[in-house]
Amino acid sequence: MDIGYYPGCALHGSSNDYGSSVRACLNALGARLCELDDWICCGATAAHSLNHMLALALPSRNLAIAERQGYEELLAPCPMCSMELLKARCALTASSDLREKVSEIVELEVQGKTRVLNLIQILQKIGLDAIKQRAVRTLKEFRPACYYGCLLTRPADTVQFDDCEQPSSMETILCALGAEPVQWNYKTECCGAGMTMADGPTTLELSHKILSNAVAHGANCMVVACPMCHVNLDMKQADIDREYDCRHDLAVYYLSDLVGLALGLDEKSLGIDRHFVVKR
Amino acid sequence: MSRIGIFICWCGENIARNVDVERAAAEVADLPGVVCSVAYKYMCSDPGQSLMRQKIVSERLTGVVVASCSPHMHLRTFRKAAAMAGLNPYLVEMANIREHCSWVHHDRQQATTKAVELIRMSVAKVRANAALQPISIPITRRALVIGGGVAGIQAALDIADSGREVVLVEREPSIGGKMAGLSETFPTLDCSQCILTPRMVDVGQHPNIRLYTYSEVEGVEGYVGNFKVTVRKKARYVDMDACTGCGQCWNACPSKKNLSEFDYQMGNRTAIYVPFPQAVPARPVIDRDACLHFLKGKCGICAKKCAANAVKFDDQDEVITEEVGAIVVATGFKLYSIDRDQASSKLAGYGEYGYGQYPDVVDALQFERIVSASGPTGGEIRRPSDGQQPKSVVFISCVGSRDNAKGISYCSKICCMYTAKHTMLYKHKVHDGQAHVFYMDIRSGGKNYDEFVRRAIEQDGAHYHRGRVSKITQENGKLIVRGVDTLVGEPLTIEADLVVLASAMQPAGGATELAQKLNVGYDEFGFLSESHPKLRPVETNAAGVFVCGACQGPKDIPESVAQASAAAGKVLVMFSNEQLSREPEVARINETNCAACFACVRACPYNAIERAEVRDRKGQLVKRTARVNPGLCMGCGTCVAICPSKSADLEGFTEQQVYAMVESLV
Repeated sequence: MDIGYYPGCALHGSSNDYGSSVRACLNALGARLCELDDWICCGATAAHSLNHMLALALPSRNLAIAERQGYEELLAPCPMCSMELLKARCALTASSDLREKVSEIVELEVQGKTRVLNLIQILQKIGLDAIKQRAVRTLKEFRPACYYGCLLTRPADTVQFDDCEQPSSMETILCALGAEPVQWNYKTECCGAGMTMADGPTTLELSHKILSNAVAHGANCMVVACPMCHVNLDMKQADIDREYDCRHDLAVYYLSDLVGLALGLDEKSLGIDRHFVVKR
Repeated sequence: MSRIGIFICWCGENIARNVDVERAAAEVADLPGVVCSVAYKYMCSDPGQSLMRQKIVSERLTGVVVASCSPHMHLRTFRKAAAMAGLNPYLVEMANIREHCSWVHHDRQQATTKAVELIRMSVAKVRANAALQPISIPITRRALVIGGGVAGIQAALDIADSGREVVLVEREPSIGGKMAGLSETFPTLDCSQCILTPRMVDVGQHPNIRLYTYSEVEGVEGYVGNFKVTVRKKARYVDMDACTGCGQCWNACPSKKNLSEFDYQMGNRTAIYVPFPQAVPARPVIDRDACLHFLKGKCGICAKKCAANAVKFDDQDEVITEEVGAIVVATGFKLYSIDRDQASSKLAGYGEYGYGQYPDVVDALQFERIVSASGPTGGEIRRPSDGQQPKSVVFISCVGSRDNAKGISYCSKICCMYTAKHTMLYKHKVHDGQAHVFYMDIRSGGKNYDEFVRRAIEQDGAHYHRGRVSKITQENGKLIVRGVDTLVGEPLTIEADLVVLASAMQPAGGATELAQKLNVGYDEFGFLSESHPKLRPVETNAAGVFVCGACQGPKDIPESVAQASAAAGKVLVMFSNEQLSREPEVARINETNCAACFACVRACPYNAIERAEVRDRKGQLVKRTARVNPGLCMGCGTCVAICPSKSADLEGFTEQQVYAMVESLV
């Protein structure tokens, strides 16, 4: 199965561990990721706070490339990227005037036909049975708190994925592989996201609450599907521990990490060795 | 030869400001057939009408055109005046030179020209008018009331007390509706059951009321004054006449753990049960899905215990036909289901409140049962999860209501009041407890209503926070309610033992299907449409069908009762005559020309056209034809437009008249 792949800036840069993990995991499941030629930034938070048309044009160019290369589906493992792509797609399909205008701006014909999928949706598409068939070990020692953050399910109308307030799609996949996800309360709360640059203490407080709640409900690790969440919960965990004089000691995995482990992949190829909190 | 009189109204300044009425009167005076043309300041006033009556007599008029406002406003007035002067009222036409002319044009010259043309058209029409007679149809002076909640009960009692027979159909095993399950009512805090059950008993014993409970209206045929209604009496497995309601059966029933519908799944009932002790009729019903006899083929203890031999396991559904002249719909409401499982995919739930996930998040009707003396906790306030007395309760208003994102834009109207009531009832029973309310606005319009809310806040100490709740989670047996108080301007977290959601009112299940059977309109939310929001609030556009209570829109008990009495009043007005008089402007089929293609039968939105046969004296079939039932026809003219052989025509609005009107313009 060939899948159009839009890594976005994060998976090539600060979160290249997520990039390795997604590639390794999906390759092991028989899906070949075909990275878009000449892709550009999705705009992220910067574009839509500056200029509406810019925020539409940037992801639209990527959609145009995907269309030109003939991909019906495009994987964007970063929820910010997939949300921006979906927002542009919704706007494009709704208005022919806008399609014309944007096509002119990005210098490529764009229709907004390509379906945009997040990591969980790709795994759902491959199917639980197929994943289980290829699994070589159980994940029963993992009691993850599955964390969706603010973007995976929102805005609900745009992303149309899972239950906006009480999502359970990651749990379903991990349960099938033997893990025992915990029931907890902060699945869709904000980790502080990019605010980590501008207002460190607030982000630390938000992420601290998330980690504490996961631990209080018996989690021995966390699972995320967002590079930004991983930064705040993993990289910043030492800062959180220092600030709040505690020791969470909670490994934070990407969903593809745990699925990869079940498939028999080693930690190095999944990029787990590049995480900050190491499972002791 | 026509002798037509034209009466042009100034309507004070309304018409005269932009239309030169005197010039118009002069210009139309020469139209063929016109014998008099006058303008007057207010045609609808007494002197105006008497001027018209005088002219009809003195000029021996054969037709009248009144050029004034919309016929909706005053056609009846002028027709009545004409009739008093001896002219057939259907020979009066109106030219609307106000709404269609003076109000919408500013150029006096052009407006006057247009007024003249409008009058000219009406003159052309009236010349081809025929004298018509109102249609008389017989009426069956019995009424059907659908729904046995407080509105249906009130309507049935009012009609029955005036001596007319009533058929009352209720789909639940007992009448009483939502009100029977309420604890106490605002703004007086009188006990809901105490004030309702005497009325229920009155219904059960009334000689003029035929009560069908556990029954549903299956089909409706006929037309105003002459409905034929089929009612399905669902198998109850208990002989209503033999049963004495002694209770031996339900006390002995071994299947005890069935969730009670009356307690909104918070209590249990047996498989053979009466929903609540004061049920009317006080006769049990067997729930097939819970009864061991039906499930396993064993048991039958109830039958053995029954001294009256009333348990009938072989009972079958029964379909009954009733003939009635008027129908009152009082099917009531249900609560918006807060969980994700919505009736319409357009409506999203409130996953963030954890309803269905946390047992201590309940809806308002469930809280009514928790407070009610006849409820599952015997009136002590205990939360569902562990039976503990909640020391902190959060009430959230507008759950579903006024939220376009959830698909409901309307205000459910009663929630502000019952939430205030809930905080009071809670405080009266748990003195050391604290009630919190999250609200958008407090809407407490009504007699003694705002005073009631102030009492909840000032005397009973409820904390009101203006803001919404974003999320409810559970920690260590407490519900963590996170919201915002927008007046303080800060986020707010409350640790609660119990959360009560004031969810939106929606029309009861099946209301739209019923409305379709009755040809009654409904809005996008499924509330039945009244004929006019102000002046015909209980009538519908289907003649002879009336609405009352919450099926027409969210309303509280006093309003439902008032509307029910209004509907009963309208029914009784109808029943005050032996015959029903209808406007004769209905469709007519020229049966000689009719090709019997029946395109009109299919096109008629009121099912007013039937397939008929013309037979000669020997009974031989001469031809088939379409035939209009004048009792049902609303005069919309769809059949006229669709008829390929031009056999259908509309009385008072014939094609000949329309052509004449067009010709008068060109």
